[in-house]
Amino acid sequence: MSYIQGETGDWEIVIGLEVHAQVISNAKLFSGAATEFGAEPNSQVSFVDAAFPGMLPVINEHCIEQAVRTGLGLKAQINLQSVFDRKNYFYADLPQGYQISQFQQPIVGKGEIVLDLPDGSSRTVGVTRLHLEQDAGKSLHDQHPAKTYIDLNRSGVALMEIVSEPDMRSAEEAGAYVRKLRSILRYLGTCDGNMEEGSMRCDVNVSVRKPGEPFGTRCEIKNVNSIRFVMQAIEYEARRQIEIIEEGGKIDQETRLWDTTKFVTRSMRSKEEAHDYRYFPDPDLLPLELDPEWVEDIKKTLPELPDDKKARFIADYKLSPYDANVLVSEKARADFYESVAKGRDPKLAANWVTGELFGYLNKAGKEIEESPVSAENLGGLIDLIADNTISGRIAKEVFEAMFETGEKAADIVEKKGLRQVTDTGAIEGSIDAVLAANADKVAEFRSGKDKLFGFFVGQVMKATQGKANPALVNEILTKKLKG
Amino acid sequence: MAELTHLTMAGALDGLAKKDFTAVELAEAHVKAVETIRPLNAFITETPDKALEMAKASDARRAKGEAGPMEGLPIAVKDLFCTKGVLTTAASHILDGFKPEYESTVTSNLWRDGAVMLGKVNLDEFAMGSANITSHHGNVISPWSPGEVGNWSRQLVPGGSSGGSAAAVAARAALGATGTDTGGSIRQPAAFTGIVGIKPTYGRCSRWGVVAFASSLDQAGPMTRTVEDAAIMLRSMCGFDPKDSTSVDMPVPDFRAALTGDIRGLKVGIPKEYRVEGMPAEIAAIWDQGIEWLKAAGAEPVEISLPHTKYALATYYIVAPAEASSNLARYDGVRFGLRVEGGNLKDLYENTRGAGFGKEVRRRILIGTYVLSAGYYDAYYNKARQVRTRIKWDFDEAFQRCDVILTPTAPSTAFAIGEKMDDPIQMYLNDVFTVPASLAGLPGMSVPAGVGSDGLPLGLQLLGRPFDEETVLRVGQVIEKAAAVTATPPFMA
Repeated sequence: MSYIQGETGDWEIVIGLEVHAQVISNAKLFSGAATEFGAEPNSQVSFVDAAFPGMLPVINEHCIEQAVRTGLGLKAQINLQSVFDRKNYFYADLPQGYQISQFQQPIVGKGEIVLDLPDGSSRTVGVTRLHLEQDAGKSLHDQHPAKTYIDLNRSGVALMEIVSEPDMRSAEEAGAYVRKLRSILRYLGTCDGNMEEGSMRCDVNVSVRKPGEPFGTRCEIKNVNSIRFVMQAIEYEARRQIEIIEEGGKIDQETRLWDTTKFVTRSMRSKEEAHDYRYFPDPDLLPLELDPEWVEDIKKTLPELPDDKKARFIADYKLSPYDANVLVSEKARADFYESVAKGRDPKLAANWVTGELFGYLNKAGKEIEESPVSAENLGGLIDLIADNTISGRIAKEVFEAMFETGEKAADIVEKKGLRQVTDTGAIEGSIDAVLAANADKVAEFRSGKDKLFGFFVGQVMKATQGKANPALVNEILTKKLKG
Repeated sequence: MAELTHLTMAGALDGLAKKDFTAVELAEAHVKAVETIRPLNAFITETPDKALEMAKASDARRAKGEAGPMEGLPIAVKDLFCTKGVLTTAASHILDGFKPEYESTVTSNLWRDGAVMLGKVNLDEFAMGSANITSHHGNVISPWSPGEVGNWSRQLVPGGSSGGSAAAVAARAALGATGTDTGGSIRQPAAFTGIVGIKPTYGRCSRWGVVAFASSLDQAGPMTRTVEDAAIMLRSMCGFDPKDSTSVDMPVPDFRAALTGDIRGLKVGIPKEYRVEGMPAEIAAIWDQGIEWLKAAGAEPVEISLPHTKYALATYYIVAPAEASSNLARYDGVRFGLRVEGGNLKDLYENTRGAGFGKEVRRRILIGTYVLSAGYYDAYYNKARQVRTRIKWDFDEAFQRCDVILTPTAPSTAFAIGEKMDDPIQMYLNDVFTVPASLAGLPGMSVPAGVGSDGLPLGLQLLGRPFDEETVLRVGQVIEKAAAVTATPPFMA
């Protein structure tokens, strides 16, 4: 448990998250219009999305399948009957004057997400529900000095709202939750998790309490669009609330915004100003009934998910939970690793992938999909180490060149002449030369100054430009010095 | 060629087939008739050019041997159906200038089958009303109004909301018209104007492209001068539509073939709860007469009970406004129709909606918003949903004991404009016999059965099992024949 130290003692943060995840689907939730990101304004709008008179919604089966797939991936209950409701409110970018959502009977019920914490431990957070709903359009306030323009491309796009239990107790846990959820959605192929493009957005519920006391009054921070902001907003909001309470004040239940320039939360509307959404079942849509067999069929097509993959990596490859976590966090990383590890030393492969490769990618700001070093080529490099063609030290140099040029390890080794010298005669020659040139040091060594052994190794490696096989150097040098 | 406008659809199809006249001639006669009945204010938009163009195309199809089931029949379209390129108003100021770029499924079906469009007919604003007195385009006057044309001694209402449809068909300006029925909007005006109107089972006709009032109740249907014509037109209007999730994927029967006249052994339910207190004697009398006619044709009347009937009206006036309050939220001045500018978004909404919606529509939006509000939802909307289920069960149970139900269509003959207008509740009572079947989604039809002491038409209503329009039509035609009503409106084209 991580507590926040206040004037009056320890405080515990209580966090619940509502994540809006845009469903990967070619068409919208209730219309056939396209959903591509970044299209010309109002170029992907059907009469249904623009709520023209007499237009009716028709459920897109693919979106339902995606929601069910996600529910199964969250080990959640799939509700075979669910209902679409209308959430009524007026806004210029909400053409119908209501959002079609699910209120009392969502498509997915209780599930769970296992958080992988930085210290290698894990913790389970409850998922309350997942429901489907339409996204609204976008208001563009910067196109005209006095007018607002409306872009309806996003209007009607399918969203999954995934609601957690108030189970998280720190900003780190909330960050881990979003990361893990995003990872699961990406594994499932149901949401691309791209927070910059807005395909994943978080509403963060934060309250504080003295440990062991009942929940405090919560504030909801709306539409936070990066994991970093989620964590910063929680930290700020918790301290704000603690300060108010410690000064004798009370927390007002309200909706707040995260100011991404001032790094503070600001009040958006109070409970009194909250909308009365007048939810009622949408009479244009019949209750959604799912065939249990159809759900079973989807279940059969689920990919191996991060938790299972992690367990397998630990069991089969003997990886540490930390390395396994790092590797399974993204499916592309895990797949990359497995191609590298195939037929090779899995721990060596893990070290290269999580060490050199991730380090270089990180520095270059590249995703694994954009890696200049392919899994095959990294495997080739490891093979050269394994068969003693190059040493581990030279391998790092080779890797750097591979990352720059995308060439194969063997080609670089050949071109640069980095092949390891394993010819004992050649190594003996180099050693003899080094010993002859340092007769005084040899005498010192023989009189008991053991530490000088490292000096001789260094000189030999220098003389061979690092290409001498280190084991052979050790062996021959030992023999000669003692002889 | 006045006689062309007095034909039935069946008769016109015969004449066209026998080349007695062409579709263009039939259309021309009707275009003229539409002009003649202008004093009734039945049409919002006349489309004479379109009518003649469609008629020409129809003649060409017929010549090629490709005549559809409604080939060449001129009809009017309630101005709640979106028609591509043709002004569509829902009789509301808020849809000013709205010309859809799409055609409703029902009208598409009609054009597919060869029908010809004469224009868009008047209605209560957004179909909210029982007298066609809430239209932004003015009241519709019933062709049954006594006195001189344009200087009537009593301006009678045609009923509503499909008042323009009823007036146009009764006044012989169209062979038929589309209507929509949410709580009786086809059946009550049909009864008031002495024509036939059928609301099929909810889900039979696609709602796609029909301006929504109350989505769980709205259903399109034909308004014609005979039961046979209703059967012809209904068949063309119906059909599964994947664009409407509440549309039902069932084959559409040949309704005309069901008109065998043979109702021997059929059990006709007479709901005792419909003998409401204060029912006018002539309404009770025509109902009894209907029972006698059916008995004479070999059917067996059985008394049935629909115990939740007394809650139907209250239930309807919660459910329908609730849905309407949400359905009408899209009329905000942002994308189409009327816009009355304001200094900010809220002003734009308030100015536009304040100016665009009439009083009755505003009343229902307020009621609907109220019954869905936090704290009131359970007491009103949710309770109404529960009662609605009970009403449906009542019918399920009743149909264990009978095959069709007979009731009056409306509690009175047509009233005059100005009457019942102060008290909206009094107006809502018009729907007392039609609303229960709407809530249950059942097919219901009004058939002319006679005239009252004031010489005005009286209708009887037949209700059937879900998707059993065939029995409703068959029994309806037996009543139509037995009643053999000869009275016609004093003003006809």
